[in-house]
Amino acid sequence: MNEQQLRGLIEEVKSGKLPRRGFIQQMVGLGLTAPMASMMLMHAGVAQAQSAMPPYKPTKRGGGGTLKLLWWQGPVHLNPHWATGTKEQEGSRLFYEPLAAWDAEGNLVPVLATAIPSKDNGGLSADGTTVTWKLKQGVTWHDGQPFSADDVVFNWEFIKDPATSSSLVSIYRDIKVEKVDAQTVRVTYPKPTPFWAEAFVGTSGMIIPKHLFAPYIGAKSREAPMNLKPVGTGPYKIIDFKPGDMVRGEANTSYHIANRPHFDAIEMKGGGDAISAARAVLQTGEYDYAWNLQVEDEILKRLEAGGKGKVSIVAGGNIEFIQLNPTDPWNEVDGERASVKSKHPSFQDKAVRDAMGLLVDRKSVQDFIYGRTGVATANFLNNPARFRSGNTKFEFNVDKANQILEAAGWKKGADGIRAKGNVKLKFVYQTSVNQPRQKNQAIVKDACAKAGIELELKSVTAAVFFGGDFANPDTYQKFWSDMQMYTTTMTQPDPQTFMEQYTSWELAQKDNKWAKRNISRWRNDEYDKTHQAAQSELDPVKRAAMFIKMNDLVINDGYIIPVVFRPRASAAGTKLVAPLSGWDNDLWALAHWYKEA
Amino acid sequence: MGNYLLRRLLIAVPSLIGISVILFTVLALAPGDPFEELATNPNVPPEVRLALRASLGLDDPVWQRYFHWVSNMIQGDWGFSFVSRIDVDTLIWQRLPVTIAIIGASQVLALLVALPVGVLAAVKPYSWFDRIASTVSFIGFSLPTFFTGVLFILIFSIELGWLPFVFRADIPETGWAWWWEHIKQSIMPVAVLGLFQAASWMRYVRSSVLDVIRLDYVTTARSKGLAESVVINKHVVRNAMIPVVTLIALQLPQLFGGAIVTEQIFRIPGIGSLLIDSILRNDTPVIMAVTFVLSALVILFNLIADVVYGWLDPRISYT
Repeated sequence: MNEQQLRGLIEEVKSGKLPRRGFIQQMVGLGLTAPMASMMLMHAGVAQAQSAMPPYKPTKRGGGGTLKLLWWQGPVHLNPHWATGTKEQEGSRLFYEPLAAWDAEGNLVPVLATAIPSKDNGGLSADGTTVTWKLKQGVTWHDGQPFSADDVVFNWEFIKDPATSSSLVSIYRDIKVEKVDAQTVRVTYPKPTPFWAEAFVGTSGMIIPKHLFAPYIGAKSREAPMNLKPVGTGPYKIIDFKPGDMVRGEANTSYHIANRPHFDAIEMKGGGDAISAARAVLQTGEYDYAWNLQVEDEILKRLEAGGKGKVSIVAGGNIEFIQLNPTDPWNEVDGERASVKSKHPSFQDKAVRDAMGLLVDRKSVQDFIYGRTGVATANFLNNPARFRSGNTKFEFNVDKANQILEAAGWKKGADGIRAKGNVKLKFVYQTSVNQPRQKNQAIVKDACAKAGIELELKSVTAAVFFGGDFANPDTYQKFWSDMQMYTTTMTQPDPQTFMEQYTSWELAQKDNKWAKRNISRWRNDEYDKTHQAAQSELDPVKRAAMFIKMNDLVINDGYIIPVVFRPRASAAGTKLVAPLSGWDNDLWALAHWYKEA
Repeated sequence: MGNYLLRRLLIAVPSLIGISVILFTVLALAPGDPFEELATNPNVPPEVRLALRASLGLDDPVWQRYFHWVSNMIQGDWGFSFVSRIDVDTLIWQRLPVTIAIIGASQVLALLVALPVGVLAAVKPYSWFDRIASTVSFIGFSLPTFFTGVLFILIFSIELGWLPFVFRADIPETGWAWWWEHIKQSIMPVAVLGLFQAASWMRYVRSSVLDVIRLDYVTTARSKGLAESVVINKHVVRNAMIPVVTLIALQLPQLFGGAIVTEQIFRIPGIGSLLIDSILRNDTPVIMAVTFVLSALVILFNLIADVVYGWLDPRISYT
């Protein structure tokens, strides 16, 4: 799909021929995120859809009893600006709010802002360098102090100070935030920024109070008592917090949205494991909501049969994929294994890569391993309309793989393994220790054996594989094997940072202690150029076309084999109405949660 | 006595130093990085992560870090957790009451079961009571707690729906309701841990009583015409308790260490789950503090056991 076609589609949405939702689904199919698609429509002047939130039925504040949440990994602190994993973000989200949040369809929903900045309301400048936020009036912190533009500016100062060591520092360090008046804030970007909805938005935008945190900026931030006792603007006020175990809160009776929250108190319990968390919601009903259920779908279905709760699946940006190593992991070049200067002895032949792509049985992986929690995905760049249609035929074809290899001159030897010259098709395939992944390895190994390719399976403990210890040879960053598999997580709705993982300036190698992000070591000049262009391309449609092209370049080259999309699964009691979103925290709309009578 | 204590305490110092050196080295050599989540987060530039490592002294040589840790520890500064940035002693104090309550209750339960059953079984060896008790105890200590724990949950929480299986340390209720909730949620973990412990203790008590009951002085006591209960309680059990006391004393540091597996199954916020979480997150200061305090307690209780010997058996004297 190119720029012209995209414009055509946007026109169709404008004229009402194509429903907005259909457009967003197609874009998601192209590998873009829903928020990005939504921003394309906004830029083209298509109004945002009303947020698809279920109607809120309670007619008064409170009266809902205690809402009991089960997080099998509990938050260990409640400072949203240090959060490295979602558990701390979610824990903070009970008490803190951003200016705007992402709903399930990628719409921006104002929270502490009065409206989403747009060209029409003067919030966005024509040159794409400034964004002006109007703040909601009459919002107060839990201690009664008024919320104002000073607080927003302070959050920027707090995060950008490197001594704070915030995990959000790269979002805030290059921008400038200034107060226009007590209820208006202007964010200035150093260059035209196509995707501006990152600072002060969603998971990276929760606002902490200036009047309490001001003495604790920088290195002193560790000493702030509010890291354990947050004072926010959110629907609940803290009662008690025990790191890794329990967060308790009570309803904020002066919350800024009428009739909310519905619950009088809230509890977030941590610890244990995912399966028993699912049990506590689906089978015994002891808890109302359980997060991130990385459990085989078989088990979830069985638990769901009890009728006490339901599993919800929301799409996000996580993808489980296989990398074929473009470099030679077994021989040293200039004292470095898998050096970018080397070439893999057999994967440099496109025929071998193509055959490998045909030998990954994604459909079986979905059907027998992940079920609803892993949707098979292949060819998603060439064929968006069929994505998730349910009757997509995935290309898994051992015969065709055999033909391709035969034609390329890889002949079977006496041991049944194909070889050309003295290069044999024998590969080491590594991943982390994790039951579904080992099953997945076995499926691929089986198919490869039928095509005369021998795989040696290797599984590394997750703590080592993802550990990042540069002295250890078995980390995924080093990638000292022929193939490896893991899930890559898209933490931001905008794909720019995500797609940086295939640029040549991010190559993970010895001289940067393998700390950079291009772990696959795939590289392509055209890709680099496209990525650079996308960084400053202001027209969202052109930019989207560029990302599609980048996806195309990566996938068609065959070194990267996507296996399944991993939507997030969670469980909720049958009576709980809880709007979720794959582009924000599970608790992004916590204020609107209620229990049906 | 005073001399003996002093000598023992002085010997404990090199053991503690040895233990801390070994723990520290093992942790320093172990794979993993407390900032691995930062490493996989594309929002965090590598410079920030490397600066954070440097500011926490993680890039210094191991011996330097060790001396730093020792000097802080002596001054009562246990350091702070890398992941939650909270002081380690705060974390431990938060977890200690629950650990002591649950493990303590299970040890008491184990004693209450093991002592009478063990003594009764030994008084009438190979009777039907002894046979049943022995069989049950063999089953008891052959079944691991992770199995019985899950079994209990399946029966009492899921099938019968009598007991909750998620442990909540702070309960909003007050008064009797508070006690009731606490007792209800503690029954399963305490039973799992206590019965497992009781099974093996019962075997010790039985064999220890059997050793004593055949001795001549017991026959003498009986022939003096003393009541059977006096013979058993005053003459047999008191002497049979000596090896059992050692065993129990060495178990007591568990009050601090918690029970990793059972805490995980029932989500009890004890020291055991703190330890396992910090191991999984490579949170070295917490691992170091918990394991070190635990080993110090083992040494201390060893000493206490030795002192209690002298009280139980006047023949043993420490001069």
